[in-house]
Parts: sequence; C-alpha cells; structure tokens
Amino acid sequence: MKPAPFAYHRPATLDEAFSLLDRYGPDARLLAGGQSLVPALNMRLATPAALVDINRLPGLDAIVFAPEGLTIGALARQEAVLRSPLVARHAPLVAQAMPQVAHLALRTRGTVGGSLAQADPAAELPACAVALEAVLRVARRGAAREIPAARFYRGIYTTALEPGEILTGLVIPALAAGWRSHFSELARRHGDYALVALAAHARIADGAIAEARLVFAGVGLTPVRAGRAEAAVSGRRPDAATLAEAGSALDADLDPPADIHASAALRRHLARVLLSRALTALTAGG
Amino acid sequence: MEGTLDTTIEIALTVNGAAVRRRVEARRSLVDFIREDLELTGSHVGCEQGVCGACTVRVDGALARGCLTLAVQCDGAAVETIEGVAASGEIADLQAAFAVANALQCGFCTPAMLLTAHELLRGNPAPSGAEIRRGLSGNYCRCTGYHAIVEAILATAATRRNT
Repeated sequence: MKPAPFAYHRPATLDEAFSLLDRYGPDARLLAGGQSLVPALNMRLATPAALVDINRLPGLDAIVFAPEGLTIGALARQEAVLRSPLVARHAPLVAQAMPQVAHLALRTRGTVGGSLAQADPAAELPACAVALEAVLRVARRGAAREIPAARFYRGIYTTALEPGEILTGLVIPALAAGWRSHFSELARRHGDYALVALAAHARIADGAIAEARLVFAGVGLTPVRAGRAEAAVSGRRPDAATLAEAGSALDADLDPPADIHASAALRRHLARVLLSRALTALTAGG
Repeated sequence: MEGTLDTTIEIALTVNGAAVRRRVEARRSLVDFIREDLELTGSHVGCEQGVCGACTVRVDGALARGCLTLAVQCDGAAVETIEGVAASGEIADLQAAFAVANALQCGFCTPAMLLTAHELLRGNPAPSGAEIRRGLSGNYCRCTGYHAIVEAILATAATRRNT
C-alpha cells in the first residue's frame, strides 16, 4: 500500500522542530531513520497530517566519550554505532547487540533514537539501555530533562516522552572495573525481531557473579528486568545448581506472550537457554 | 524553514550520476520515484515494509531500502540503482557468476541480491557460506532456495581474490 498524503517539513534547528510540534500537536510524527515509521505509513497504520524530518538537525548524530560516560546522539545510525570503536570500548553490550538489529540496508538509515523511542518490546537497544542503567536525554522548547531507561518504557510502543518532546541522545555510564557484558538473541532468522533476547551486564569477581543486571526483550510489553534471577545468581558461580535455581527464579520473573512466532512456553524455555549461556560466558576465563 | 502545507516538494539529487530535479509528493517512496517517475524499473517493489529487500538501492554509497526511504529525504543525495551499478561494470563478474550458477529464476530478487552481495564482498572478501547466508538474510528469494546464489557469490569471491 501507499501512505496517505501528509505535509513534510525539514527543520534546520531544534527550535524549528519544536515549533512544528506545537503547530501540529498529535497530528505530527517525527521522522528519523523511518525504518519503523515508514512501514506504518505504507500500511496506513499511521496517518499523520505532517512529518517533521529531523535528519538534518545538526550535531545529533555524534558519538562522544566523556568522563560521565558514552553519549550516543539520537540520530546516530545503527550501522555507525555497530562500527564505532568508542562503542566497542565503552559499551560492549551495545556493540554486541548491534549486529542483531535488522539488516545492513536498514541499519544504514535506522537510528539509535528511533529504536529507543519506538519502544518495540522485542528490540535490542531498549533492553541494552535498561541493563546499562543508561539515561535518555530529552529536549523540549526551553528545557531538557534526563529519564532513566528503566522509567522510560511504559508499555508496548509507549514511553515517558511527552507531547512536544524530542529524544536527543542516550548516555551510557562509564564501564566500572570488573563489569562484563553479554548480549544474546534467538530469532527464526538472522535480523528478525527477537523471539527472546538477553542483555546481561554483570560484575565478576573471582569467577563468581558479584551482581548482575539481566534484561530480556521479546518477553513482555517492555524490556523486562529479571530481578529474581539476578538475586538467585548474585555471589554465585554458574554451576549446574546455580543455573537450575536461576532458571526457576526466571520463570517467576517472566510472563511472556504467545503469538504467531512462538508460544509462551517456548519463550520461557529460550529465555532459560539464553540465561545459562550468558552466565557461563560472563564468568569464562575467571 | 523548508516545507509548507503543500504535500509536494521540489527535490534535486543525482541518480546514477545524472542530475535530477523533480517535484514529488512527500509520501512518494524512493523506489516508486525511481520506478514511476524516472522509469528505472530494475529496483522492485515487493512487501513495502522493509522485509523482502527487493527495493534495495544505494543512497550516498550505503545500501538502503527504497520502500522505507521517502524521495524527499533524498534531496541532495546521490542515489544509485542496479541500472547504474550494472552499467558501470563493477558487478559484471557477479552478474556472470549468477548466470553460470543458475542463481536466478524469475529474477525479481536479483537486482537487490547483486547489490547486497557486492556490498558483502566489499566488506568481507573471503566470506564463508554461512556468512553469505547471514549477509543475504534481509533479501528474499522464492525461487532458488538460495543455494545457487551462495555458490555464485563464493565463486565470485574466489575469482576476485585471485585477480
């Protein structure tokens, strides 16, 4: 199908973008990479009166490291993040996740901000942001605020963004000593949305998991932090007993959906598989 | 500020190196612009939701989905289609290898397969069969079962490494 007609605006500054959002209210949609919005337009699931194309706003695609952490601009292309030495060094969880995000021809246009704000429950980046306790930077006319990732996701395709606000970047805290990351995903075919994915970030000490953040995608309405499984593994080595207990705890953490891609039981099983693999990988080599 | 309540926009870009200036509807996808307005029909329209890959083109040197890119977004860009890339000769060996290996039947996916395979080989001159399948995972073929396509790309990779 083809989209319904819409007006098109290409603001040169954030202030111009805010004016357009004021003018159209809920009838405008922001266009970043367009890799989720344009399919919705094509299928007429979205019929906005206007698109506000923010692709040419200056400076929003930067990837910068400063003492407080790694900042990834909202307009950084997913492929640029995949290839960024700064991301590989300071946010290895994100670097590991990026090859799982769709396909090259979508990553060249798809943006970090778009992926974060789309809030698809099966997407990789939101789970990484929650696991890394990252902060989302949001701007509106004359004001800015920061929202912790864990409080950003409110439901399927639903975030804490308010009308008139634009997501401008993601701030990932600097890696602390002893922390390791492991991203893993199971999908029917490479590049598909995850059936289940796990963003795991943990502090390892003497071969044991001192503390862990385990965030799953594809198993709920938002990224799901598995608090019971985190508690079950903390202070432990990933031996068979630990993995079994963690798996049972994980069952209590998750209430995965059933859909045409997988049953709830299959998702539970796959989540346990990913958890075992991640805990083993995180502690490998001491 | 650019744009008005008018739903058409004037754009200027290059397509296969040639300057193009047109007024397009904002909702016009890049692939429809290429096919309907410029009558370059080698880029194909399949799913219109980014899944099948048949509309793949290059925008400013990077592969992109023609169905998920609006023509207005390409104002100022350099767009390349299979017509331009084939005419340049840069994929002549790949095209020949596809023919030899029977790597196409109906041909609907072939232009995008060629562009994607060429990009894959530029990034990885010695891919394994598994790496090729992963690299093609965003491009559907409903005829060949992919095996002959993988064979053609492996053969091209070997030839390019030896010349």
